[in-house]
Amino acid sequence: MSIRLVWRKSLNVFMLSLTGLCALLTVSALFFILGYLVWNGGKDLSWSFFMHLPAPVGEAGGGMANAIVGSLKLLLLAALFGVPIGLLGGVYLAEFGGRTMPFVVRYTADLMNGVPSIVMGIFAYALVVMPMHHFSTLAGGIALAIMVIPTVLRNTESFLRDVPRALREGSFALGANKWRMIATVVLPAASRGILTGVLLALARVAGETAPLLFTAFGNRYWSPGWNQPTSSLPVVIYTYATGPYEDWHRQAWAAGLVLLGLVLITNILVRAFLTRGTAYERT
Amino acid sequence: MATTPNAATPGELAAPSRSSLRRWLGADEIAHLVTLIAAAVLVLIAVLLVYQLWILSAEARAKFGWSFFITKVWDPVSGDFGALPFIYGTLVTSAVALCIAVPLGVGAAIFLAELAPPKLSSSLTFVSDLLAAVPSVIYGLLGVFLLVPLMRTTIQPALKKTLGFLPLFQGPAYGIGFLTAGIVLAIMIVPFVLSVSREVLLAVARDQREAALALGATKWESTWKVVVPAARIGIFGSVFLALARALGETMAVTMVIGNNPKVAASLFSPGYSIASVLANEFSEATGNLYLSALIELGLVLFLLTFVLNGLARLLILVTTARGSGVLPT
Amino acid sequence: MSSAFPLMANSGAAAASSTAKSTTHTPAMTTSGANTLRMKVTKLNFYYGKNHALHNVSMDVATNKVTAMIGPSGCGKSTLLRTLNRMHETLRHTRLEGEIALDGVNILTLDVTKLRRMVGMVFQKPNPFPKSIYENVAYGLRINGHKGRLDDAVEKSLRRAALWDEVKDKLHKSAYALSGGQQQRLCIARALAVDPEVLLLDEPCSALDPVNTAKIEELLFELKPTCTLVIVTHNMQQAARVSDSTAFMLNGDLIEFSPTGHMFTTPSDPRTEAYITGRFG
Repeated sequence: MSIRLVWRKSLNVFMLSLTGLCALLTVSALFFILGYLVWNGGKDLSWSFFMHLPAPVGEAGGGMANAIVGSLKLLLLAALFGVPIGLLGGVYLAEFGGRTMPFVVRYTADLMNGVPSIVMGIFAYALVVMPMHHFSTLAGGIALAIMVIPTVLRNTESFLRDVPRALREGSFALGANKWRMIATVVLPAASRGILTGVLLALARVAGETAPLLFTAFGNRYWSPGWNQPTSSLPVVIYTYATGPYEDWHRQAWAAGLVLLGLVLITNILVRAFLTRGTAYERT
Repeated sequence: MATTPNAATPGELAAPSRSSLRRWLGADEIAHLVTLIAAAVLVLIAVLLVYQLWILSAEARAKFGWSFFITKVWDPVSGDFGALPFIYGTLVTSAVALCIAVPLGVGAAIFLAELAPPKLSSSLTFVSDLLAAVPSVIYGLLGVFLLVPLMRTTIQPALKKTLGFLPLFQGPAYGIGFLTAGIVLAIMIVPFVLSVSREVLLAVARDQREAALALGATKWESTWKVVVPAARIGIFGSVFLALARALGETMAVTMVIGNNPKVAASLFSPGYSIASVLANEFSEATGNLYLSALIELGLVLFLLTFVLNGLARLLILVTTARGSGVLPT
Repeated sequence: MSSAFPLMANSGAAAASSTAKSTTHTPAMTTSGANTLRMKVTKLNFYYGKNHALHNVSMDVATNKVTAMIGPSGCGKSTLLRTLNRMHETLRHTRLEGEIALDGVNILTLDVTKLRRMVGMVFQKPNPFPKSIYENVAYGLRINGHKGRLDDAVEKSLRRAALWDEVKDKLHKSAYALSGGQQQRLCIARALAVDPEVLLLDEPCSALDPVNTAKIEELLFELKPTCTLVIVTHNMQQAARVSDSTAFMLNGDLIEFSPTGHMFTTPSDPRTEAYITGRFG
């Protein structure tokens, strides 16, 4: 073998191993993060963590029941406002629509998808907090809802478009009109994909902190109704991690583990079960 | 039997069985209208977002004009607001992040797209997608308690010792600062670089690879000299996309950047970013001018990411559309 | 090539009597043979955008007979079929001129959903909905607001499609669990459930093997007494086996339309002869 060939072959092996190393480093980050959180937060997870209010500053113990409930309430609002709009908008793009409007809607959705979440916070602040003159669960929920809409919309559109034309024709040929066809054939056929998109979008906003900082704000106590500031898991993690107390830090780790666990489990379950195959046969 | 030479568009077919016809056509039109309204709501929200940012930042824009962008002072007490330290911090941390994330992400993408067997490739991509789903505040948590002490005690002293002659690596090792924020950002954006790069690499036509291999190129040569150049515009797109993410990233940066509005050459220095100052000061802003200045920062951030995202999408579109078929002419 | 010159074997007298026939068929009608008309196509021109796909086509569809359409691919036979229940309206940029009558009524004046209930359609590839077997058959009944017992109607349709015995124990299983031939018969059952007067079949056997093809053909014979059938096929033997009259189309023109036996033995147009003897197509 010539020296040149040896050089080329060694470079080949070296560079290929290097790319493998890059891949290894990247994916190992996830396992590292997960392991580190389990290591640090696992021991502080207890019954009272889920069931109790935070203890007064300086006292040990207490939990994050209010933050967990707060997060759930915020997600509920996000789903309530965001999912229907995203879903119907997606139906519009895939099934109705003319020439310019769908282009505008699609472009806007992609644009909104890229807007930093903190800017969404400012928007919800201007939209809800300023007129109401106080922070509220409602404001936080709307901030999250606005982030849910574009994802659900684009996702719904792409899954509806995938439904074969033959199924639509089958429905038309039996005398269905368009909305019956959409409601009884296309939407059910695409339902798994649409559900995937909705769950992933909700899992994403469940971990959002920035848009909640000046909308839902925070609360050391229960937040009754929808009109009061509320605590939420991500904001509590932020507050506790940057706070000065050792006990807060331990609670932040535990809360981080809970949040990460919820987000990862949702992602894994959804991706593993819902995205496998489609309801209809591919042709 | 009336002869009706007819342009048969469904909407115009008026007819005998009028009542039920009206009812059905009405239902379709209502469905059309309802979905149209939903879609329009999204557009309305976007318009309202821009409008609000513009109107609410009017006071600051009127008072400071363009000098807002070159003023270094941020003093809420005296009412002097300049955006320079935040813009600087945002750009520096993002640049650091790109320097680390791009080689790592593109390298990993090459491995996944070109070398790994399909099964391994798809499961590693799955893990990378999960990594992208990890909430920002979790990265911040690890940043604060793991990376900051590590930077202070080990990495920054080591850098000072080896590369200390560069102004980039001088000054006291606080642990927090531009470099730390950049590293956390890098870890966060690698999945984005990876997944988009992998897609554009896979979109490069198979015959191009095979042509290179058939000429006696090694695997690496065919990848580096044929596939990567063919996908380079799309890879640039992935970088822009990641950059847009990095610029807008809030929590993780806020937790480790040091929150000190200053413009310093050293990466060890504490700094501030646009998103961080919004996170920290927005809810406490007293006075209209203060709030207005913060909202103008939000507007700047919005415009930056808007432009970058648009550019990124264009580039990715160009390569994936091209790579799937014929060579560019 | 100028306009078509359809040989309408049975048009004259039939056209007059067609309006008199009631719109619901009864078994008694099975005897009302060759001289009743279910559908009548008059001077039909059809355009996809600027593409003139059908040229001045006129054709009769006899009640409770099988009418076949043959011709090389792209000749317009499927297009013609799809205009019969206005399925072309699901495509954009189409234009239709001329008249199509169902029992003497211009179908363009009918409510399209009503028309399609009366003129059902079975497609090239089986296209069952991603629902259970039962729900597939019940679909048309449900959207048309069927009153009465669904179970009975479903069973009746499945029996008419000769599928009942094979699926009666798994009615609530997914339709995709069936074989291709069974799926196609399910689609026929689905179309039959709403009791159409006419059933359009667009190359219903093109995706099936010979055994299943034979089953479908047998089914067509069984349906003939109660239902008017129009079948598009690219298989001349199939047309010869199942149909009473056959239309031969070429490049958007109806070249010849005559009783099947007549067409396959003594075609009157040289192009028909060329096609059926396999000289092109």
